Amino acid sequence: MSRLLNWRAPALSLIVFLLMIGAWHVLTLPKLSQQTVNPEYAALVGAEAATGQKSAFPSPADVGGKIVEHLREPFYDRGPNDKGIGIQLGYSVARVLVGYLLAALVAIPVGFLIGMSPTVYRALDPYIQVLKPISPLAWMPLALFTLKDSSISAIFVIFICSLWPMLINTAFGVASVRREWLNVARTLEVGALRTAFRVILPAAAPTIMTGMRISIGIAWLVIVAAEMLVGGTGIGYFVWNEWNNLSITNILTAILAIGLVGMLLDLMLAKLTRLVTFPE
Amino acid sequence: MSEPLIRIEGISKKFTGRDGAATTVFDDLYFSIDPGEFVCLIGHSGCGKTTILNILSGLEQSSSGYVFVGGREVDGPSLDRAVIFQSHALMPWLTVMGNIAFAVSSRWPEWNREKVQVHSQQYIDLVSLTGSEKKRPAELSGGMKQRVGIARALSIQPKMLLMDEPFSALDALTRGVLQEEVLRICAETRQTVFMITHDVDEAILLADKIILMTNGPHAKIAETVVNTMPRSRTRHDLHKHPHYYRIRNHLIDFLVDRSKVFASDSPDYDPRHPPLVTPGLDPAAATLAPAGTPLVAVK
Repeated sequence: MSRLLNWRAPALSLIVFLLMIGAWHVLTLPKLSQQTVNPEYAALVGAEAATGQKSAFPSPADVGGKIVEHLREPFYDRGPNDKGIGIQLGYSVARVLVGYLLAALVAIPVGFLIGMSPTVYRALDPYIQVLKPISPLAWMPLALFTLKDSSISAIFVIFICSLWPMLINTAFGVASVRREWLNVARTLEVGALRTAFRVILPAAAPTIMTGMRISIGIAWLVIVAAEMLVGGTGIGYFVWNEWNNLSITNILTAILAIGLVGMLLDLMLAKLTRLVTFPE
Repeated sequence: MSEPLIRIEGISKKFTGRDGAATTVFDDLYFSIDPGEFVCLIGHSGCGKTTILNILSGLEQSSSGYVFVGGREVDGPSLDRAVIFQSHALMPWLTVMGNIAFAVSSRWPEWNREKVQVHSQQYIDLVSLTGSEKKRPAELSGGMKQRVGIARALSIQPKMLLMDEPFSALDALTRGVLQEEVLRICAETRQTVFMITHDVDEAILLADKIILMTNGPHAKIAETVVNTMPRSRTRHDLHKHPHYYRIRNHLIDFLVDRSKVFASDSPDYDPRHPPLVTPGLDPAAATLAPAGTPLVAVK
């Protein structure tokens, strides 16, 4: 029975995939009617598309071909506006990781402090409540003005958006460590530092990791928008650049790549979370 | 008689409720525990049993009064007084060995890893958990978890053990087996123990002295029952001893009736010297209730 179920889900996935591709293919089939078109439009989208023989929206085959093309040479670099999709993704991942790790360096110790001390919690809570709902992109002009560097500004935006989930989850995890474990540490006369690292940290680790997983997801969402704004490099810039080139095929390829990288980042964090999770 | 290991003088505990009204849970308690003695405290829920244990361990502070351990006043938790928690309080991210080694290395921070392991292993063997060293608490049954709790408490070689209803979360069969283990271990190590229980038979089996508390609020120590049965008693021959039903009837009689009306019943009661009674030596005690009364654990 379970073996039967084992292949059922992948089979269903495949059917859904084929249906989607099929529908996409049918909707982008060339139409046979002849149309008189604006020659400028024809020059822009291609004669075939302009005469209606071919849809302006790329077919699955077009996108597939493009993907193969990108995969064959993902890291080429032919000047500022013509870099391989691998290089662009690399820039984005690097920015996300730098901003994210900086945020972790700040959020986890501060969250620890907030979780340990109800006074600090109450003192900082109003700031957190006001700063948390601010869209990270709203910080962008301020970052550009003060940091005077677009790439660092993008990193700053990632830092700001990754900060809150980690901070709040760390504080919550630390504050809700079971009283009895702390009592065990107290009756064993364990020092504050040893209690923090040997009792509170492992006890709060699953909650902290959940915050880190939420953060990496948000950071990856935000980087695309941030790079569209700051330009230069990165997958967000790539998408915007291809929009200016009106290359829907490249945009679709990039969208797929963004999804896949986001999934990989989430999988990595999920794996790390499982490492620190303990069954009760 | 030697100097008592623990001396409690006039402790009380007040809690302030949400409405600001103070409730006195217990009031003006005096008792002492001698080295090597096994003392049980019995009383109904709400008389502050766990609070007394927490004050003894140093985890909580009394509202007034003093606790002396070996002549020194308690000012906080200490490795000299190991606590076995009702909920075992094992750290689920550590293995059995890890849990015990954590305690051992807290006791002797200067020990190297190997020495800690060897020492921990002795106590894992003592509670018959050999072979389960690498298991995590989630993989253990309730009884095995509490064995780890006992091993952890003993491993730091404390001056005394404080047990807070250690077997109440276990099924009856496991509880019996663990009670015998505790009896054996205490006989081997001559450990001083203070245990809270609501199980009359557990108290008679394990304790040398049984402290009876009246109902809260304003709970008091009504009397101390001396267990006059020989220390070599076991779960199997306990009920055959002539003292057994006398003590048992006395305890149940207290818990069912006298714990409620104690204050109005005893006009010449002196909290500093609660009476020491020996119902086991009193043949009349057995006639208070007919032998063969169903075994009840009073909660």
